[in-house]
Amino acid sequence: MVLGQERYVEIGRVAYIAYGEDKGKLCVIVDVIDQNRVLVEGPCTNVARKQINLKAIQLTQFRLQIPASCRQKIVRKNWEAEKITEKWNNSTWAKKIAAREKRATLTDFDRFKLMKAKQAVSI
Amino acid sequence: MAPKAGVKPKAPARMVTKDIGGDKNGGKRTVRVKRLPRYYPTEDRPRKLVNRRKCFSEHKHKLRTSITPGTVLILVAGRHKGKRVVFLKQLKSGLLLVTGPFHLNACPLRRINQIYCIATKTKIDISGVKLPDRLNDEYFRRKQLKKPKHTEGEIFDTKKEEYSVSDERKEDQKNVDTQILDAIKKNPEKKYLFGYLGAMFSLGSKQFPHKMVF
Repeated sequence: MVLGQERYVEIGRVAYIAYGEDKGKLCVIVDVIDQNRVLVEGPCTNVARKQINLKAIQLTQFRLQIPASCRQKIVRKNWEAEKITEKWNNSTWAKKIAAREKRATLTDFDRFKLMKAKQAVSI
Repeated sequence: MAPKAGVKPKAPARMVTKDIGGDKNGGKRTVRVKRLPRYYPTEDRPRKLVNRRKCFSEHKHKLRTSITPGTVLILVAGRHKGKRVVFLKQLKSGLLLVTGPFHLNACPLRRINQIYCIATKTKIDISGVKLPDRLNDEYFRRKQLKKPKHTEGEIFDTKKEEYSVSDERKEDQKNVDTQILDAIKKNPEKKYLFGYLGAMFSLGSKQFPHKMVF
């Protein structure tokens, strides 16, 4: 993390949901309830407005300029204007997750081909 | 013991008269040639006992749905463990008939129980392969090797009969392998498949078989 670009729990902060029923989705902090819980919503990622424990979310570098407890419509509008989904998909973080998922679905033959491809690169 | 007079010559005599010694025993007595059984059946007709158990040969053998002819299997037991082999068909005993092919990984035509196999998702189209009819369970049954008989003087010189691969096995191996290799050559990924079947399977660190897809 670069100095001056610290990630805070703040209104408009985009976060990644690490566990729970919405695991793996992105959301925005709409309001801070207390030290442990925040109100989140992900209108473009199918996350309904709900409170969530801060332990269950991981903060990203993205932030929306939205007022506290604003309506879904405004969240969506800002999200689309900032192109958060696009930016997220291009981030190293998202790419790593995608790679991990792909690696988990490799068959035995795929793993063999991967091993051969790695050997070809290293030589 | 001569047969009793008046009996047809063809039918064997059932009774016979014997001379009996002793004063008060009447001198002679007719005795059955074959004694009647001491046991007297309680039922007129003996009925068979109910036995629901089936012989092994009548058992229904299931095959994992992930295993179909042409599936590449990873053997996890036996002297060929770790090898990737091609599944050909299930035999009547429920065992799986597999081949290396021998040319690629030195695994011959042999039987293996499906519990000692990992089925992979890789399949080779072997629909055109014709297997010889004689490849059945009897064909693979272990032959009894003859032990030498001890003869005087050369107890330590005698040699045991050793197992050797019969000509018919060699012939079948060649026959099946050429067909399988042809089938692999038709696969678009044949270059990798040859190396894949020739390579041994092993687990690296941080690889957990229950979490992996084969």
